[in-house]
Amino acid sequence: MSLLISGGLVVDPSRNLEAVQDVLIENGKIAAVESPGTIPADGRRVIAAANLVVTPGLIDMHVHLREPGEEYKESILTGTRAAVAGGFTAVAAMPNTKPVNDNAAITRFILEQARAADLARVYPVGAISMGSAGQTLSEYGDQKEAGAVAFSDDGHPVMNPMLMRRALEYARTFDLPLIAHEEDLDLRGDGVMHEGRISLELGLRGIPSAAEEAMIFRDLALLQLTGGRLHIAHVSAFGSVALIRQAKAAGLTVTAETAPHYFSLTDEAVKGYDTNAKVNPPLRTAADVAAIKEGLMDGALDAIACDHAPHTSLEKDLEFEAAAFGLIGLETSLGLSLKLVQDGVLTLAQLVAAMSTNPARILGIPGGTLAVGSPADITLIDLNRQWTVDANTFASKSRNCPFHDWTLQGKAVMTIVGGKVVWEV
Amino acid sequence: MEFRRKDLLGIAELDPDEIRHILDTAASLKEISTRPIKKVPTLRGKTVVTVFYEPSTRTRMSFEIAAKRLSADTLNLTVAASSAVKGETLSDTAYNLEAMQPDVLVIRHYASGAPHYLARRLKCGVINAGDGLHAHPTQALLDLLTVREAKGRLDGLNVAIIGDIAHSRVARSDIQAFTKMGSRVTVAGPATMLPPYLESLGARVTCSLEEAVTGADVIMMLRLQLERMGQMFLSTLREYSRFFGLALRHLELAQPDAIIMHPGPLNRGVEISPEVADGAHSVILEQVTNGVAVRMAMLYLMIGGEKA
Repeated sequence: MSLLISGGLVVDPSRNLEAVQDVLIENGKIAAVESPGTIPADGRRVIAAANLVVTPGLIDMHVHLREPGEEYKESILTGTRAAVAGGFTAVAAMPNTKPVNDNAAITRFILEQARAADLARVYPVGAISMGSAGQTLSEYGDQKEAGAVAFSDDGHPVMNPMLMRRALEYARTFDLPLIAHEEDLDLRGDGVMHEGRISLELGLRGIPSAAEEAMIFRDLALLQLTGGRLHIAHVSAFGSVALIRQAKAAGLTVTAETAPHYFSLTDEAVKGYDTNAKVNPPLRTAADVAAIKEGLMDGALDAIACDHAPHTSLEKDLEFEAAAFGLIGLETSLGLSLKLVQDGVLTLAQLVAAMSTNPARILGIPGGTLAVGSPADITLIDLNRQWTVDANTFASKSRNCPFHDWTLQGKAVMTIVGGKVVWEV
Repeated sequence: MEFRRKDLLGIAELDPDEIRHILDTAASLKEISTRPIKKVPTLRGKTVVTVFYEPSTRTRMSFEIAAKRLSADTLNLTVAASSAVKGETLSDTAYNLEAMQPDVLVIRHYASGAPHYLARRLKCGVINAGDGLHAHPTQALLDLLTVREAKGRLDGLNVAIIGDIAHSRVARSDIQAFTKMGSRVTVAGPATMLPPYLESLGARVTCSLEEAVTGADVIMMLRLQLERMGQMFLSTLREYSRFFGLALRHLELAQPDAIIMHPGPLNRGVEISPEVADGAHSVILEQVTNGVAVRMAMLYLMIGGEKA
């Protein structure tokens, strides 16, 4: 099977390439990237990509696929369908399934289901602690051999600093990163939204930014002590960005991600008690949004990951305080992120780096590049396509999306994984 | 003027003219409760359902009496929080109640926003009788009525609200209500009970009871919820009472004709001394009387009159 993507604007931050090029795919790999017209069509399937952007396949390094255990919310099949529909060729699956992915058997099961779905690549993230209960380390070596690419107790912080220290050291032993959910549970208390003017008005208990910042500060101090690689998940607060920027300047091996909702929405979205705007960490203020954008701009934040967290009406059609935290994002992430380019916050190359090259580098997985010989994971994006978000037509099983009815500009129109077109508009 | 809202969910969405209209209506209906036969046929054939997910005697009874004085049929449902957790969802309960064709549903719920949730889903009117920490609009309206009766105006008054502001839906609604009507509101309490951004609601904020009551025309004491003791908001009851309890000596700082209010139930000797609660300045029982009038007014405005 041979494909020629012809005449598109190739944006490949891994090689500082931004030029109109033809891309040849053979045997599932990138075979050539050449000036337009240099590669003969020779009876290959030619994809006319004039007016399209051709990027290394997008990678979302933080999603919840809910399988095993909560298949009524999402499955690996529907989750990867949502991924490819959103332009993602790979996702990293967080371990808070039921049971928790804290062992090699579940890691292998997830990979088998992903192979059967045959859509996006799925990279399992193993649990930091057994059952993500924060007591004992899980089997990092075993899980790595089975295919885990990182460890995280995502959904829960590691409250015990001694366990966090040992986890950083143990992950270093196997040269894998830890992905930290940074939240001080005591400080969060019964909070259900950002603590600020809006929480006061709505009479909802608040989660102060300090609950995130204080834990990041702790973990950066531990990282200084232990070495290894720490990746900070879903950064939402002004102070967090500053801490990470400072730690990077001091030479710590820390990376960080944020999610589109943290630069697209503020706590105002909770008004009316919209449970689709209930997410943890919570939507914060305009000043936090500005700091998140600044962090993406100057590299304090490396990656955009949507923290796709499917829930059904059983968890969401409730009183605000009773509803589950989380929102889905795989099918809106690119459209929302492209707004950063339209608004001049990021260059297109910076955006592709944040959504492909950097996640690949952080997780140490293939992809994130169109270098010859790499897997042919490619996303074709139409920057000009206007579309209206309709959660009812999502490939995801769930509908908990606060962006329903938003008009966005820019959309993935074709997703290619391993040289195979797995999705097109 | 006509009251055009399907629901009464909070004070924030009301404008001053609407509030005046409600107070005027309540003032005119108040007389009914003083008649030998305390009943008018205004809401005959209407059904008012009260659903309480939190314990309450005063507010539930007040709504019930209000409905009965207007000849509406009333039905009360009290749901223990524990059974709500295990039992049917709020929306299922509400749809079942609506299937019985009530005209108004009065709801108290421990979750902020629960009345809004129902209002979006139900065709009948919804009155918020207190939701979580968020709002208690009929309490704020009865407080306004009580002050207006005592002072003849609301504009330009100094109103002090003292106590656990953070956990008080009464405080939130009162701050909004008095501010809208032109009063100056000062809130006071220990900083643990003063949430950040209170100024954004239009209130002046202080940690000193003395400062708050100085020059006050109205002093509103909030009930201290005793379960806060174990939650790091307070040291001891003794100390709370010493620094934030209203005693006779504080009245010397206030305007000579200051009135003392409390939404009840009282913790005598904690946030208010018995001498103050029972003293000449106290209008605490007048608040209860006005509660019935304000609730009659709301029911009348929402389902009575031309809307019959």
